[in-house]
Amino acid sequence: MKRVVVLGATSAIAQHVARLYAEQGASLFLAARNPERLAAVAADARARGATQVETAVLDLDDLRAHAGLFEAADAALGPPDVVLLAHGVLGSREAGPEEAPAILHTDLVSPTSLLLQAARRMEARRAGTLVAISSVAGDRGRAANPVYGAAKAGLTALLSALRQRLSPSGVSVLTVKPGFVDTPMTAHLPEMPFAVGPDRVARDILRALERGADVVYTPLIWRLVMLVVRLLPEKLFKKLSF
Amino acid sequence: MFESWGRYPKATQRVLPLAWRSDALPARSGPVLAVGQGRSYGDVCLNDGGTVLTTGRLDRFISFDEKSGVVRCEAGMTLADLISFALPRGFFVPVVPGTQLVSVGGAIANDIHGKNHGRAGTFGRHVRWLELLRSDGERKECVPGDPLFAATVAGLGLTGLITAAEIQLVPVSGPFIIEQRVPFRTLDEFFDIDAGSRDFEYTVAWIDAFSRDVRGIYYRGDHSQRPGRAAPGKRPLEVPADFPSFALSGPAVRAFNALVALEARLAKRQRETNVRSFFFPLDRIGRWNRIYGQRGFLQFQCVVPSRDHVRDLLGRVRISGQGSFLTVLKTFGDMPSPGLLSFPRPGITLALDFANRGPDTLRLLGELEEVVRAAGGALYPAKDATMSPRTFAASYPRLAEFERFVDPGFSSSFWRRVARA
Repeated sequence: MKRVVVLGATSAIAQHVARLYAEQGASLFLAARNPERLAAVAADARARGATQVETAVLDLDDLRAHAGLFEAADAALGPPDVVLLAHGVLGSREAGPEEAPAILHTDLVSPTSLLLQAARRMEARRAGTLVAISSVAGDRGRAANPVYGAAKAGLTALLSALRQRLSPSGVSVLTVKPGFVDTPMTAHLPEMPFAVGPDRVARDILRALERGADVVYTPLIWRLVMLVVRLLPEKLFKKLSF
Repeated sequence: MFESWGRYPKATQRVLPLAWRSDALPARSGPVLAVGQGRSYGDVCLNDGGTVLTTGRLDRFISFDEKSGVVRCEAGMTLADLISFALPRGFFVPVVPGTQLVSVGGAIANDIHGKNHGRAGTFGRHVRWLELLRSDGERKECVPGDPLFAATVAGLGLTGLITAAEIQLVPVSGPFIIEQRVPFRTLDEFFDIDAGSRDFEYTVAWIDAFSRDVRGIYYRGDHSQRPGRAAPGKRPLEVPADFPSFALSGPAVRAFNALVALEARLAKRQRETNVRSFFFPLDRIGRWNRIYGQRGFLQFQCVVPSRDHVRDLLGRVRISGQGSFLTVLKTFGDMPSPGLLSFPRPGITLALDFANRGPDTLRLLGELEEVVRAAGGALYPAKDATMSPRTFAASYPRLAEFERFVDPGFSSSFWRRVARA
């Protein structure tokens, strides 16, 4: 059975990924900040049939904890087949210089540190799959959410780089690019075209993992939408207001 | 816009989604009401001018014992998810209504009943424990026998937020049901068939409300002993938009009812089917309430003591010419209901639905309500949008006892409409 590490396990998408793996009888190592919420996710996974569920309560923004985290996961489950990074904050149109460093830290610095840690271990073992939730927002920066878009663009670039680096070692890297997902993180947004539930995103992620995909847009329509958005000439793009 | 399933009455309320059972109630002003899937028809799931707390994300399992079939889960879990979980593990939900798209919390708060009322009683009888979060921040755990438990089961969400519950599932061999369909041509025939169907776990009848002599089809079934796996639930077809009003004109509804009757007469009398098509045929059509258009529709479900009352009610419906699209008749058993405000009680329950045609519809519903009250019957709050405070008080004798348990921070459109001032 698969061994899966889920970081940011209380995020809506991560919870649904954990459910699907639990139903397959996987062993799970779940990490998140809030102990009560994490316990609720862990109990759910156990009831659904996970072979083993271990948890770690920690703030993933704390970079010093990262090395120990993977040691703990290895000790609890053995080396993981899949490591999923799912933590993040949304930021907003108005995020100014005061808020930006914290957003970049959570959405880019922390994932970079975690991915490099995990990559080093998988590279040494010559096995494993890294998965991180980036976003269509990283495909082109928009005024609607500049700092978040910048962080996700950075994350997408990092994942692409790691994929190339790890490919010879037989380690794969999946970049997940959801569009709008109906989650507590987006509950305040007034309008969400092509919005889907986190359960749908989780199913798409598992399917992408099964077929060994490199990048998955979820739902798929965003592949087309972002193709068009990326192709728009900058002269035109700067005049648009979406 | 948040609507009840009947889309009547219209209400304006703030919607706050809940995400975690461990969280405190969100900051709010004015009364709140927890809402699961919004599948009650009238206004028990509305809170006009206030706030509704939606529980769809409180959908986690807490524990499951595969030997005893005792499951503990958060209150926003749908029966659909619970059934998908239970069936492959050899269990089924002890009481299911006509749709699986309701939450566990809603099933408790309305103390729902199903086709096995005679054998199993209401949903609340199978709840072993529940957790309630009150507006003062206190969490209360209740078990059968506690006064707060009896108030919360069928308590219409007014005793606080149900966050979690423990349910005793029932063992089954597999996902199949042996179903028999028996046509009948008169109300007396219905009662004859019903009396001869005591050995069946599940019974219900559909009747053609247009027919002079009350023709209909009696459905009865039992779990099949055959093991197997249910085919994965297909994504339902969805009604894409509101239907125009002529779609539910008299002739159209008449034709539909005649077709159902014909189909059943031509079909085999006995067949093996799966639980989803036996219990939840309407779930195959997503958002079927749109066929009634923007004005919505009104349900009327009552329980009355005798067949003469049923005959009287159906006679009035036929004379009114309003025509009920789907009419369901069933006898309740004598299992005591656990809630102070539980609807099921010994008698015959009749459910009708009417497109909202304004004053004519309301007049008919008022007339039917009078018959039910005079008969010493009751109306089902989960289906109601029109009953008077007088009828409510007359048909729910433990109302005064219940009122002591109402959380002062919780209210609903229904409660403000029917509670005594």
